[in-house]
Amino acid sequence: MAIPARSIRKSYDTVVACAPVTVPYTRFSPESAAWWIGRALHGLLRQSGLQIKDLDGFALSSFTAGPDTAIGLTQHLGLCPRWLDHIPLGGASAVVALRRAARAVQAGDADIVACVAADTNHVDSFRKTLSTFSRFAQDAVYPYGSGGPNASFALITKNYMNMFGATREDFGKICVAQRDNALGHPLALMKQKLTLDAYLAARPIADPIHLFDCVMPCAGAEAFLVCHEDTARSLGLKTVRILSTIERHNAFPDDPVQIRGGWAMDADDLWAMAGVTADAVDFVETYDDYPVISMMQFEDLGFCKKGEGPDFVRSHSLTNDGSFPHNTSGGQLSVGQAGAAGGFLGLVEAIRHLTDTALGTPVPHAKLGLVSGFGMINYDRGLSSCAAILARAS
Amino acid sequence: MSKPLIRPKRKNPLERTRLPLLPHGQRSRTAHGLTLAAAQGRFALQVCDECSKTIYPPRDACPFCLGAQLPFKDVSPGGRLVVETTVRISTDPYFRERTPWRVGTVQLDSGPLVIAHLHGDTKEGERVTLSLKLDKSGAAVMVAMPALETPSMEADPILREMTCDPQFRRVLITDGRSSVGQAMAKAFSEAGASIVFVGIAHPWKPFAGMDSLAKLAGVEIVPLDVTDSQSVADLAAQNGGRIDILVNTAEHVRSGGILGRAGLTEARDEMDVRYFGLMRLAQSFGPALRFRGADGQSSATAFVNLLSVHALMNWPAFGAHSAAEAACLSAAQCLRAELRPGGVKVLNAFFGPLETEWFQTVPPPKLAPSALAKAVVTALKQGLEDVFVGDIANDIRERLAANPKALERELAEG
Repeated sequence: MAIPARSIRKSYDTVVACAPVTVPYTRFSPESAAWWIGRALHGLLRQSGLQIKDLDGFALSSFTAGPDTAIGLTQHLGLCPRWLDHIPLGGASAVVALRRAARAVQAGDADIVACVAADTNHVDSFRKTLSTFSRFAQDAVYPYGSGGPNASFALITKNYMNMFGATREDFGKICVAQRDNALGHPLALMKQKLTLDAYLAARPIADPIHLFDCVMPCAGAEAFLVCHEDTARSLGLKTVRILSTIERHNAFPDDPVQIRGGWAMDADDLWAMAGVTADAVDFVETYDDYPVISMMQFEDLGFCKKGEGPDFVRSHSLTNDGSFPHNTSGGQLSVGQAGAAGGFLGLVEAIRHLTDTALGTPVPHAKLGLVSGFGMINYDRGLSSCAAILARAS
Repeated sequence: MSKPLIRPKRKNPLERTRLPLLPHGQRSRTAHGLTLAAAQGRFALQVCDECSKTIYPPRDACPFCLGAQLPFKDVSPGGRLVVETTVRISTDPYFRERTPWRVGTVQLDSGPLVIAHLHGDTKEGERVTLSLKLDKSGAAVMVAMPALETPSMEADPILREMTCDPQFRRVLITDGRSSVGQAMAKAFSEAGASIVFVGIAHPWKPFAGMDSLAKLAGVEIVPLDVTDSQSVADLAAQNGGRIDILVNTAEHVRSGGILGRAGLTEARDEMDVRYFGLMRLAQSFGPALRFRGADGQSSATAFVNLLSVHALMNWPAFGAHSAAEAACLSAAQCLRAELRPGGVKVLNAFFGPLETEWFQTVPPPKLAPSALAKAVVTALKQGLEDVFVGDIANDIRERLAANPKALERELAEG
């Protein structure tokens, strides 16, 4: 039987994202994930003037809420949604939450969806999360030196360097530019300027990964609302439009080591649905758990070809006032990685830049932003990739 | 190139003994297919019955065809080290003490990608041979070895965490009167053990082979009677903290089953030497072995049981003997669990009739004590948990796996 041709994707019409919320991060927190989720929801209500009963959709991402999932938290937090989702996709959570919530609102299954990602960080929770992260991690990764994601990304980074000639200086340029962006961002945990020399001289963690290639695990929460444009307008909220989104999992399983993510399968679709080209976007928020992954996103999303990532970085300035503003908040590398909230950081930041509410240095004349997500090192590579193109409301 | 081991200096008795830590040892039930292979020194991965693809990490459905029949089969361990890293910062206390630690991605010729520990002589981009080993936690792990043998490769520190090489270790052979005990003393002496204590009950009674035993390099005769709790406790009090490998060679072999014997005297002796003997040794030496599981280059590392393969299936011609051996096997499994927190392995060596007086009436093939001893030393060097030595033992193992009921009936026939 022939499989029918893929149907044309519907636009997101008047569905918008709004009300960007960040609960300020802390390195460690004695509070529970539920506390952080509660603060994020509280922030959404304060910003929008809504009542808790008005939130009829709830999408949650959290690694540390266990044993609870989204359903248990409805009772904990007093929510009564008619649409509920728990999105355990780490760095891909935000775009996936956005696109699912947008379709729910578009279809009338919910009117106002609160998308929340929050994680706490107890003094020993990071190690515990690693050893039980997935069955493959337990069986086939963690017992091998227990380097955690640092070791997994060391292999990916080393292989990428071997294949495409990227250098530590190239990765350093990404990290240094992000730190420059973070210095203007009041909520970034990293407050000190990073020089390329300091980057290169940092202590090794898992060759070729050194200290400033790694994100700092911390506690924090990010959130936003998805609703119709007129709902947002009636609440006095500034909005961004959703031009297109993509999502892909477990792409390219035959690559011996990850050199690309699922974006490479879907980027054409992303640009076609948005009706714009790569040179039209004003800033890019990549998922930056390690700089090599940001470089892969530049390639796979179509800003340059595969293998040209190092040259692309060398030929651009990546600060908010540069030729290619990238990770405008400082990204997870400088703001901190608050578990699943790390996946929300770029999207929440993009909403701010497109609504003139940036906390740090604004990107000049930002009209279009690309947000990309990546997540879930289940075994040897990140499984989930996603991206969205967002536009300033006209 | 690996540096050869050097004889460790005498330990400063005032220094604190580093306590054993274990790497993360929890595994899914399916992954224990690797544990089984590693325990026996085989390299086995899941192979899909439907599409014949080799699969790793262990799964419950084939990612190529969703087939559900995924038995572990011996497959070629050859592959290429695609990329490597050196972990310098680890979240795990065990590895924190042992960094830098090399790991890498190996692409097997059969397809799967394997994250593996790297032997020091492996190089990125080159051929490697994967080996399944049991790490200190007792869980199976992949170790990438150089494809061709390199000098002193067994001395690699990562490999040594997974093995029980007797070189520069102190060994106790619990009974040196038997030919097995003497063969064992010789094999360990030749394997470079720094001291081989050999237990002799009632040392004033002379025995065959006494002179040649005493002449072996490193051998030191000590009084030990495994049927005497006080004797075992006395030796442990004196030397317990110095034993790295204990090999229980105490034997008690008598033919006959249950109905042919009158009373329990013989059975009591069998149990006293074998089962209670094992318990006495374990209770007296086990705690110190477990405590010293991370005590430097020559830490405590193994407790070796010599077991009739008929521990696994009774041989009525030696029926009561088989039963006592089965009791020892069960105790050994318990001991294995109890020594694991120290990272100390329990090696069970299974064998059929030996070329000794007690099996005089049994037809060949029979196993020479020297072959048994050599196999035990080899198994320790490989870090195995179970080794089947000789034709009979391997025959029984295969028949047991194929059809235990057929084996039971056939052993009854003689």
